[in-house]
Amino acid sequence: MNEELINQRQPSVALFVTCLVDQVHPEVGIATVRLLERLGFKVLFPAGQTCCGQPFYNSGFPAEARRLAKKTIEDLEGFDTVVLPSGSCTAMIRAEYSHLLAEEAEWKRRGEELAGRTFELSEFLSQQGVGPQTGEVYGLVTYHDSCHMCRILKVREAPRRLLEEAGFEVVEMREPDRCCGFGGLFSQRMPEVSSAMTEEKLRQAAETGARTVTTADPGCLMQMRRIAERLPDSPEIEHLAVLLERQNR
Amino acid sequence: MSAGMREFRQRAQIALEDARLQNALENATGRFWNSRREALERLPDSDGLRDHFKEMRAATLADLAPHWRTFEKMAEMHGTRIHWAQTGEEASRILLQVAGEHGAKLAVKNKSMTSEEIRLNHSLEASGIQTVETDLGEWIVQLAGEDPSHIIAPAIHKTKEQVADLFEAEAGKAVPADIPKLTEHARRRLRGRFLKAGIGISGVNIAVAESGSLVLVTNEGNGRMVTSLPPVHVAIVGIEKIAPTWADAAVWLSLLARSATGQPLSIYTNVITGPRQESDPDGPLEVHLIVLDNGRSDLLGTKYEEALQCIRCGACLNVCPVYREAGGHAYGSPYSGPIGAVISPLLFGLERNVALPQASSLCGACLDVCPARIDLPRMLIELRSDSVEKGLLPAPERIAELAAARVLEQAGLMELAGKIGRIGQRFASKDLPKLADQSFREWWRNR
Repeated sequence: MNEELINQRQPSVALFVTCLVDQVHPEVGIATVRLLERLGFKVLFPAGQTCCGQPFYNSGFPAEARRLAKKTIEDLEGFDTVVLPSGSCTAMIRAEYSHLLAEEAEWKRRGEELAGRTFELSEFLSQQGVGPQTGEVYGLVTYHDSCHMCRILKVREAPRRLLEEAGFEVVEMREPDRCCGFGGLFSQRMPEVSSAMTEEKLRQAAETGARTVTTADPGCLMQMRRIAERLPDSPEIEHLAVLLERQNR
Repeated sequence: MSAGMREFRQRAQIALEDARLQNALENATGRFWNSRREALERLPDSDGLRDHFKEMRAATLADLAPHWRTFEKMAEMHGTRIHWAQTGEEASRILLQVAGEHGAKLAVKNKSMTSEEIRLNHSLEASGIQTVETDLGEWIVQLAGEDPSHIIAPAIHKTKEQVADLFEAEAGKAVPADIPKLTEHARRRLRGRFLKAGIGISGVNIAVAESGSLVLVTNEGNGRMVTSLPPVHVAIVGIEKIAPTWADAAVWLSLLARSATGQPLSIYTNVITGPRQESDPDGPLEVHLIVLDNGRSDLLGTKYEEALQCIRCGACLNVCPVYREAGGHAYGSPYSGPIGAVISPLLFGLERNVALPQASSLCGACLDVCPARIDLPRMLIELRSDSVEKGLLPAPERIAELAAARVLEQAGLMELAGKIGRIGQRFASKDLPKLADQSFREWWRNR
């Protein structure tokens, strides 16, 4: 078979890497690309992409959020499937775009159309029935359910199943879906309460005995790492994509 | 009552440094939350029931006036006197007038968030009417001179030792810091007050329009005594707490206690339909109802109308990760937690409560547990947007947000800003996110 034919058969996905991953946690994007490629997908990167608009929407700047939503819709137009290594940004596109663009029928339609083909990474892999597989057990991890991923996207099982299949034993925190304290600008505006929330999260993670905490959201990853640095004997904190990619080498 | 950014953060900081309070908050909210979950799981279709309840509350609020006209007609037929109060001051004035007509010098009260909202106790005390809270938690908070720190558990922040000290100061003799002994002490001290009081003041959980009845739920039985022992009973209710029919009230009751404490019903559910009749052996000679607006009608027909669906169960407080760290007093309002963060700015002014819409990570746990499925996260976002529009956000923050949006509108600008940021962050606060040495898109281009 020539290369062209292979390319035609190979399903392609567009990666919306998110602004946070692009600028702060590129290793998450790199792991996502490598993981998807090894699982047989052709990864495309729409170059104009920046931010889904969520930070502005959440902090009371709907006009700015609307502009970024429209830009994101345009950037991702023409790609059959869009995958994000972030539950929160996926939830923004899926649940909030139609609300944000409610007054503009055509944009609303385009937003809803995008929402229908946009998936969080573990949700996508789970729907495709693919993921790293291994018979060996590598160790204990505890999974933090990021807020918008579990409450808006309602994705709770997929990341756990992927971890188990990739050879991790998943041990649960008392409250796996208790907020890690990030909340975007909340962590800057209310730093004392935000840090206390993160410390509670890390305390619960430590109680599980797992040495690794994982999550599917770069925001939670950034927050937990930032606070863990100040605490003695904190667990390793990794994005789900990084753990899965590591097991898939 | 106010919560500016600095005030909120300072009060939260006090709570965060109080290890005993942190423990008490974590335990009590966790217990309520678990009990709530178990109670709802035991219902055949609690999600369907909540959907139904939301529709009922929305329909009632969409057409409030006719229900109150029905209520007024039925209640007056049974001898209840209705007073309409536009503001808290007006409500207090009406209450003082009724108390004055009867020469009441001592008032007993049961727990009423609405009376907390209008600072009724202050007005009563200022007019020389001694006022005694008879809900155990409210009495503790009253003796401490504090605000309730939880909608249904006002003294959630107090330990038994602190309560014993407060009781000792009130009674003038030592009381052991033992919970059964403390409640027994309270019971003995309060019993005499019920008998001596010239007036009983209560809140109302539900006003039932079709029969003109007031429904009051308590766990301690004090509500029953407040509303039946003194010769005059004055109840106070917000305009939103009305159920058109008893069928509606039944759904309301089935969700209220389950959402609050996990009980199928509170221990006491009192239904009050007018004063003592000739055939009754006891009961008050007069029943008055003060129907309070205090800013509520301004929300009708707005994007915030949904907030009026609240039945004050407190479930959103118990699951709120911010409330569970910051405690109730940080909010500077009798209404704390997510619902407080929404209604305090709406009822008492956004300008004086700018911190409250910001006091949330928008995690959505509140929406998940609300019996009326009030979309609190969305309303917090709306209030943040109102804050920006009203110029309540510090100018540097506003400018930074607007500039950041412009930068993010072009990938090239974002990349440039990232490069500048990488150099600049060497001199910046460690609390800001650290930019990576190489961005993802640089890696992608070079791979």
